[in-house]
Amino acid sequence: MAERTYLQAISDGLRQEMRLDPRVFVLGEDVGVYGGAFKVTDGFQAEFGPWRVLDMPLSETAIVAGATGAALMGMRPVAEMQFADFVSCAWDHLVTVAAKQHYRAGTPIPIVLRLPSGGGFSGGPFHSQNPESLFAHIPGLKVVCPATPEDAKGLLVTAIEDANPVLFFEHKHLYRRIKGEVPDERYSTPFGKARIHREGDDIVVVTWGAMVYTAADAAEIVAAEGISVEVLDLRTLIPWDREAVLESARRTSKVLVLHEDTRTGGFGAEIAATVAEEAFEYLDGPVKRIAAPDSPVPFSPPLEAAYLPQIDDVVAGLRELAAY
Amino acid sequence: MATGTQIEVVMPQMGVSVSEGTVTKWLKQPGDTIARDEALLEISTDKVDTEIPSPGDGVVGELLVAEGETVEVGTLLATILPVGAVAMEAPPAPAPVAAPVALAAEPVAVAPEPPIGVAPEQPAAVPVAADAASGNGRTFVSPVVARIAAEHGVDPNAVTGTGTGGRVTKKDILAHIESGATAPPAPAPAALAAPPAPAPAAPTPVAAQPAAPPAPAPVAPPAAPLQTGEVEEPMSAMRRGVMEHMRRSLDTSAHVSSAIEVDMSRIVAARAQLKKEYQASYGVNPTYLSFIAKATVETLQDYKWVNAEIRGEKVITRPWVNLGIAVSLEDGKGLIVPVIKNAQDLNLLGIARAITDLAARARTKKLLPDDVQGGTFTITNPGGFGTFHGTPIISQPQVGILGTYALVKRPWVVQDELGQDVIAIRPLMNITLTYDHRLVDGAYSGGFLRDLRTRLEGWEQAD
Repeated sequence: MAERTYLQAISDGLRQEMRLDPRVFVLGEDVGVYGGAFKVTDGFQAEFGPWRVLDMPLSETAIVAGATGAALMGMRPVAEMQFADFVSCAWDHLVTVAAKQHYRAGTPIPIVLRLPSGGGFSGGPFHSQNPESLFAHIPGLKVVCPATPEDAKGLLVTAIEDANPVLFFEHKHLYRRIKGEVPDERYSTPFGKARIHREGDDIVVVTWGAMVYTAADAAEIVAAEGISVEVLDLRTLIPWDREAVLESARRTSKVLVLHEDTRTGGFGAEIAATVAEEAFEYLDGPVKRIAAPDSPVPFSPPLEAAYLPQIDDVVAGLRELAAY
Repeated sequence: MATGTQIEVVMPQMGVSVSEGTVTKWLKQPGDTIARDEALLEISTDKVDTEIPSPGDGVVGELLVAEGETVEVGTLLATILPVGAVAMEAPPAPAPVAAPVALAAEPVAVAPEPPIGVAPEQPAAVPVAADAASGNGRTFVSPVVARIAAEHGVDPNAVTGTGTGGRVTKKDILAHIESGATAPPAPAPAALAAPPAPAPAAPTPVAAQPAAPPAPAPVAPPAAPLQTGEVEEPMSAMRRGVMEHMRRSLDTSAHVSSAIEVDMSRIVAARAQLKKEYQASYGVNPTYLSFIAKATVETLQDYKWVNAEIRGEKVITRPWVNLGIAVSLEDGKGLIVPVIKNAQDLNLLGIARAITDLAARARTKKLLPDDVQGGTFTITNPGGFGTFHGTPIISQPQVGILGTYALVKRPWVVQDELGQDVIAIRPLMNITLTYDHRLVDGAYSGGFLRDLRTRLEGWEQAD
């Protein structure tokens, strides 16, 4: 057990799998000599050599298509997008080929796409998005959004072991800000099991990724006012832990869904709809969503702060629900 | 209403926790004319048996539920057609009837203010659904509050709301139920009603899972075939209520019975003195039961725990006594326990009158749901048949029931004026207290019986 940052935990998990399984290799832009845009694969090429840590041309299409082909040939590629936003360039290979190959031809595509995502550092519209809901909508893909170092490592191991294409959304805001105890040994964290980040009785906030911390800070503020808030970290969106969400919804009777992605068609809508369908008779208030507005992510720091859900926004939402 | 001139009679909701009723007898048949408020049928629910009056004048149309059939509250029972109606939709144009306007208008006028028996404007399960339409924030009821209200038989409008615009929140209604502020949620004192789930010890589990269903029906063994001579008949709603309640009470309380012998000489004398006056002046018979009830209410004031209730791990006591009087119906058809509310406020005459009234209404099926709710202690009086001892079953959620038995003349050792023991002939009565040993201990119950006896043996008629 050692204290590791979120970024170190991902790096550790990847290195561990590469040492364990010769089929696992890394490909992406600047992942080799440079060690990756965020230095997740720093030192990997020295340890594993240039054929297991491939610097790729500036083409996400080539990266995802190459990973898909390698997976078809029995490999376990872990492809890095420098920013999650650019995965859209590889949409066709990912959605048309990788997601459907097993259904169509019976051949699994065990690839992992590491997708640094999220805003909060003035990255603007091409370097700040959280496009998880786009892929959650595609049958055949799995979507993972870890919030803690321990989960980041354990979920990456599960992602690499999984026989399906897995989109691994790493939140850039958490990379070096979040530290936590991470087991040294190999372990895997199951998909589809939510984690109660904070216990509470009056309202449950269902969220994932960096918003887990925003929710927890807001919960701390309203706790002083006697409002007991549970923060449920979904960890993975596909599959998502419906049972845990419904259990918390039935127990607390008030649900706030929080995500950094834009509001319309965001994954929060799926959660809210499921709660309304399955736990209607247990609700004591409307299912509330807090999300980014339906707009590209602004560059300007004050505008971006207004755009991203902030602690104060969540506090206001919690107060409103508590008073309802 | 689409039909306009037709009145629908539905199974009424006889008390908040009642969900079904049995049609026991049709008093009118199709084609019979019926006046508004004239009795149309008799129904039996697990709380009360009662007559259902016609909600308007007309001719009885179809009877849609057979006698003996049990249907849910709100089920259409019958239709009342306007007098002379053949086709239900007479054209608005002039008709060859003397007063077509009046005829058509009358049933329509009746419909907007339906008395008992007409479709209530709200469904049974969610008693407030209709109110929500008023758009008033006070009466909006969220799904979870509606569900809890239905499960516990609570009217959300009776709960103080702390939500937006005074809305009743889940916390409000759970606190309301927890506090026991409402009589209905406690299992009905009539020893009859199918009880709501026990009051939750903590609010959380209620939300986490639906409250326990009211005692799952035990799986019945396969019915044995009828032997020659055996007769099978369906069990009435009341019988089923009694059956369920008796079993549940024994499963709930730790029943212990104590008996005491009471020399009723002074009561006999007081009654003889009052009887004529009470009957002449008030039309009330001062029964022995009235005296015992009066003395019991006074004694309960000193023994709060006999008049108490166990709610979760809390003991609930109260300064008032709502005294249940067990009344058996004719032919062993059932048992009902109407309640004298605030019996501590009544003198002997008041109690005698209340007992007479409740017993008469119980036997003529005129009791209202409220009459059988909220009891805190019960007296049962099987002594009329000469029995001298018994061990009654407590009416949940009470913790005590007093049994009174036959008044018999017995040789009794008393002291004469010189302090010598002599044998005298005295009217003696056995009185039992059956108590819930979870709350009431032997010494406490003994003190209660002793003080009750002291009151009866030393009776001094004040009024």
